[in-house]
Amino acid sequence: MITAGIDAGAKTIKAVILRDGELVGRSMVPAGFDTREAAERAYNQALADSGLAREEVKALIATGAGRKEISFASDTVTEVGADARGVAGLFPSARTVIDVGAEEGRAIRMDESGKVLDFAVNEKCAAGAGAFTEAMARALEVPLEELGEFSLKSTKAVPMNAQCTVFAESEVVTLVHAKTPKADIARAVHDAIADRVTSTVRRVGITEDVALIGGLARNVGFVRSLEEDLKLKLLIPSDPEFTGAFGAALIALDTKRV
Amino acid sequence: MAEEFWRWTESRWTSPEVDWKDAKIITAGVDVGSVSSQAVVMCDGELYCYASMRTGSDSPDSSRNVMNWALQETGLELAKIKYVIGTGYGRVNVPFASRAITEIACHARGANFMYGNSVRTVLDMGGQDCKAIRCDDKGKVVQFLMNDKCAAGTGRGMEVFADLLNVPINKIGELSLDVPEEPPPVSSTCVVFAKSEASALLRQGWPKNKVVAAYCSAMANRVVTLLERIGVEKDFAITGGIAKNIGIVKRIADKLGIKPLKCDIDTQIAGAIGGALFGKALIEKGKA
Repeated sequence: MITAGIDAGAKTIKAVILRDGELVGRSMVPAGFDTREAAERAYNQALADSGLAREEVKALIATGAGRKEISFASDTVTEVGADARGVAGLFPSARTVIDVGAEEGRAIRMDESGKVLDFAVNEKCAAGAGAFTEAMARALEVPLEELGEFSLKSTKAVPMNAQCTVFAESEVVTLVHAKTPKADIARAVHDAIADRVTSTVRRVGITEDVALIGGLARNVGFVRSLEEDLKLKLLIPSDPEFTGAFGAALIALDTKRV
Repeated sequence: MAEEFWRWTESRWTSPEVDWKDAKIITAGVDVGSVSSQAVVMCDGELYCYASMRTGSDSPDSSRNVMNWALQETGLELAKIKYVIGTGYGRVNVPFASRAITEIACHARGANFMYGNSVRTVLDMGGQDCKAIRCDDKGKVVQFLMNDKCAAGTGRGMEVFADLLNVPINKIGELSLDVPEEPPPVSSTCVVFAKSEASALLRQGWPKNKVVAAYCSAMANRVVTLLERIGVEKDFAITGGIAKNIGIVKRIADKLGIKPLKCDIDTQIAGAIGGALFGKALIEKGKA
């Protein structure tokens, strides 16, 4: 049985193709300004990656902030539902899911069957989302992809007072002017966002095992800060940003199996 | 170098009517904010001179620079000023200040001087915070609420927008009123997200003035919420840099149904004025 999932996020659109629940194709494209067009492209690329034709897909479920614009999907599911299903498929022992994307952060508590018990979302403030690290990387003049690795060179914890992304940008510039080593500032940046994310997670309660998904899970500096904050080891999939799309495709499979 | 649209006008002023040589008590207030710094010198409780400039990365340096600029060409030396009060975010980092007083107290006191003793509610819209203050007829603080965690509703947020839209910051207010009808406000609270939203609106073909209007409307909504939590009692005054933005002031007035008082004195120096007045009061009470 072939099923598909598309996750239309704020910055990127992810598509995955599953054969009987196993990943056979995937693709990620920038969201751009036309969600539908970008989703179409991501889907076609994922199909090409799997070597399958569109007609072979029995069900396609869309998720993510732009899910309603994907008119060619057979159904939609919330990000919370998709995340929980995706993590349950990857890590059956996980009871808490932390998803940190470009413009949103969310925490989900679920039972052993992957059923959602509680969740909390931050979508109002950039300080708990990828947009924060993006702005700080710019202020530090360090490429975003290198920011995490770079922060691991830090030898000293420096405090950041600002919570707000806009204020933190000014603070980073001030710290740079004060000759604070950039690696230490990068570390402070990751400590700050981990702090914000942790406060969202605490609202749903922390039950182990805890999985981290979303694009920020690729940032080793953020992972270190978050693990230190939560005092536990996080389960992280090899392609963390695809977890939502994977979950949507699993739900598509579930609906066909019933 | 690219034009800096966020950059507001720094200024200094000396009173043509007051001569420091005739004064009995000369005091000063230095307000080191997170974005701007002001120094005000008062002679016997009259405004004598002031300067307002951008805060640098070092608070002590900023306080010295702004004080020196205020005194420039007046012939008055810092040593002749009897009492200096430091206020604002960097108030403890004013090396030549005799005492530090919070900016809440100073803004209420300053607004009382600037707008008269009928002022009961002061909205101070600063660079990195926004405060709603209730005060009595002596300019004493009765109650206050502040947002200093989030750039929405602050001058810094406005600077970010000026840069995004390539509109000089002192033209934003005017431009925002140049719309046939008020557009719906930008829906994101966070300045970072509001920026993305504004970019999307521009791409959809919204003219700049309409986007500016939508942002000013959202910002006014944000501070009105703060004001409503504390309750607005007349008379009402707005201080700080944003008080110079007619687009924000008009929208706040419309939403509240209360017109803020007008004043000829630079609204950014309210805190420093309050500081200088506290200095004079301390000397008179023998507590200096």
